[in-house]
Order: sequence, then C-alpha cells, then structure tokens
Amino acid sequence: MNSGWNNEIASEIFPMVLEGFWTVLKVTAVAGLIAVLLGLALAIVGRIAPTPVRRPISGFMQFVRNTPLLVQVLFVWYATSLYINPEWSAFAVGSVVLGVHYASYTSESYRAGIEAIPLGQWEAATALSLPTHRTWFTVILPQMMLRSTAAVANWIIAMFKEVPVLFAIGVIEMIAEVKQYQGQHYTGALEGYTLAGLLFLAASYPVAVMMRRLENRLAKSHF
Amino acid sequence: MPNPTSNNEPIIRFDRVNKSFGDLKVLDQLSFDVDPGERVTLIGPSGSGKTTILRLLMTLEHVTPTKDPAKDGGVIWVEGKPLSHMEKGNRLVVANERHLRQVRKKIGMVFQSFNLFPNMRVLRNVTEAQVHTLGRSKDEAEVKAKELLDLVGLSEKVDNYPSQLSGGQQQRVAIARALAMDPDILLLDEVTSALDPELVADVLGVLRDVADTTSITMLIVTHEMGFARDVSNRVMMFDRGQIVEEGAPDEIFSDPREARTQDFLRAVLAE
Repeated sequence: MNSGWNNEIASEIFPMVLEGFWTVLKVTAVAGLIAVLLGLALAIVGRIAPTPVRRPISGFMQFVRNTPLLVQVLFVWYATSLYINPEWSAFAVGSVVLGVHYASYTSESYRAGIEAIPLGQWEAATALSLPTHRTWFTVILPQMMLRSTAAVANWIIAMFKEVPVLFAIGVIEMIAEVKQYQGQHYTGALEGYTLAGLLFLAASYPVAVMMRRLENRLAKSHF
Repeated sequence: MPNPTSNNEPIIRFDRVNKSFGDLKVLDQLSFDVDPGERVTLIGPSGSGKTTILRLLMTLEHVTPTKDPAKDGGVIWVEGKPLSHMEKGNRLVVANERHLRQVRKKIGMVFQSFNLFPNMRVLRNVTEAQVHTLGRSKDEAEVKAKELLDLVGLSEKVDNYPSQLSGGQQQRVAIARALAMDPDILLLDEVTSALDPELVADVLGVLRDVADTTSITMLIVTHEMGFARDVSNRVMMFDRGQIVEEGAPDEIFSDPREARTQDFLRAVLAE
C-alpha cells in the first residue's frame, strides 16, 4: 500500500481521470439543459396553470427537493431497469434524474425572478392587450433572466459537482475511474482523488468567476 | 338582450356597478355615463374609488360579484357593448379573456408609475403592441411611433432605454405608447403623481395638446386641479365609492355645493 504522493502513479492515472472528467462534462451538459429548460417550464406552469395541475407538480417538486439525490438516482435506476427498459444506459438515466432534481431548484430561482417583476409590467401588457405569449417572451422572461441567471448558474455549478453521485449506478466518471484503478493496482487513491478535485476546481472556478462578471454586467445593464 | 346605450349612446356606462376588495366595498351601486369626446376628471380623497373605476375600465379589476349582473354585480358598457360581461343568448355572463382582449383594444391607459418595459428601447415600447396586438406592419408601427414621439417631444430618444430617461420623459413615452393604439378612450391615472414638480408641466403640456387636437374621450384621475379645470368638461367628486357632486369644472372648483367637496378642495389646494 502506497502511503505518499507518487508522481509516476499520478501520471499513469491522469488520462483515466481525464476521461472520467469528460463524462462528467457530458452529464453536466445533458442534465444542465434539462435543469435549465424544465425548471423554466415548471416556473411558467406554476404561474399560469390551474390549481389541479399546479398542486401535483408542486408536490412532486417538494418531494424531489426533500429526498436525497443518491436515493432518487438508485430508485429510478432500479425502477426503470425492472419495469420499463433494462437497456437504458446509466448515463441517460443518471443525467435525467440529475436534471430533474436540479430543475426543482432552478424553477424556484426562476419563480423568484418572475415574482420580483413589478405588477405594473403585467398590467401594462394587459392594458396593451399583448397576446399572452408575447407578454411572456418579450416582457416577462427577459426581465426574469436578469434576476435569475446568477442563481440558476450557481445551481448548475452545484449540479456539476454532484455528478460523481452517478458512480452509484455505474456511470464511469472520475471517481469510478479512480476506484477501478485502485481495484486493479491497490494504490492511486491519493493521486486520483487529488487530480479529480483539481479538475473540478479548474472547471468550476472559471465558470464561477464568469458568472460573477456576467452578474455585474447585467446589474449595470440599462434595464 | 336590450341594448341600454343604443341611440346617441354614451361611450361609457357604469350601470349599478359594485366592487369590493374582501370586506371593503369600494364602489357601491355606481352609475354614470360619459359621452363620446368628453373629458371627465374624477376627484376625491384616497380610497374613494377613482382609480378603481379606471382599473375596471381597463379590465385590470373585475366587477364583483358577477354571478348575476342583473341583480347584484352591475355591468360596465363601452360603446354600447358590455365590457365586464358578454352576451350569451339573452343573458349576460362574466366576460372571458378573449372578450376582454377584444373590448379593451379601444381603451388606453397611462399609469402613475409609467410601467414602460425596461428591457425595450423607447421605439420598441411604442411599436410592440401596435405590431402584436393591432397587427400593423413593423414599418407602419415605426412611422406611427416616431410621429407620436415627436408629438411628445422625444424624437431624439428613440434608441434610449427607459432607465436613461427622466421620469417626465418616461411618462411622455407612456403617453405615446397609449396613443399609438388609437384608443377611443384614454384613462389617465394620476400621471404626474410620481414626478418631480419641475417635470409635471411638460407632461401636462403634452396632455393638453392631446386634448386640444384629438376627440379621444378621457377619464382623468388627478390632484392637479389647474389641469383638471383647463382640460375637462366635467368634474365628478367621489367619496366612499359614490358620486358626491358633479358639474362643469368652474362650478365645482369655484362654487362647490357639498361640504365634502369643499373640504376636499380646501385640503388639496392647501398642499
């Protein structure tokens, strides 16, 4: 058992970790798209749908927010392979669960962004008889984006860091790669996890900085 | 359904209109008519129901209760057609969104807090509804918008965002935006209340021009008594959702009959 840092092991394990990192990025892209779009749809439905539609959706989202992601991932993975289709890949199932989980958070950020828009904006749109879709797409959503972008981006960064949870259902991301290496060579944990951590940092820190800049820029924009 | 406003009809008719917010009754069996082209100023203390009348006309509020308009809720008529309700067979039923969308096209409103769309430049604020509500072409809408922005003295601000304008300029854009819809009725809800005193004159000047050069029916809620006297044909004094007194501006401002009107005018003029 190797107890200290070993450069040779680090350079051997790095390509594997990098491959796992590529998987993390792919999961983040798919799940992020789901979280961004589904969250937006849920926020709009929460605003316009009648109560019988709104209540069950809101209840489901509460449930998603209040149960651990790991439990949801495992449950959906086993439930889909038992009852729907055992051929579905862990990547696909994991990405969808992660996306839906985070959509329950992004929808709240969008909702807050919509509620922060002064009532007068809705009233002006009504007074001008703007069609409902125009009111949403040209009046409400652009103003909502200004208020919600930073919060939604933070949820996506948080989601990115949670991708290793999918290791539980066999998505070969960075942690799984290190585990595999460790299983074969009985070493490499320190180097592998350190490299994985550094890659997460290297990816999420610039995004966080970019988001802060975007936030400042939006704050200075004319509306 | 007999049409109550068929010959020489008033452009606006409130027929026993009730409006409550929870337990608070704001309008109580209110009835009045406004003739086409008339400029009516509504005055009265806060909470007397003036703004509610404008908001009901703009369909931002709805008559209550509405289940049986003949008995309790009352009906608002615009140009001889029900606004708050729609005709179904020989009955009046509560208007749906489609009906409201149609009838309110004839009505424009300028708000106390302007309510321009902050994400759109001035020109687009004035063209957006022309294109998407009235179905005008973009070019046609831009020509109209530029004409109106010229009328309100802001032709050089077409490319600015509302946040780059003063309050008075924003309110003038809002007036242009409402006029761009060619309304038959223009509702002005305390349009100078949110402005610094030095900006009030410009906005009132624009509205005086509109009053002088068009035949748009206007309902004006204002504390600017000089403006009300100059522009309106009739002044209605409200208190607790009912008309206390009405008459020509000179009559009401110089020789009010009712004690409540006298007290109100004394309080306003002392401000």
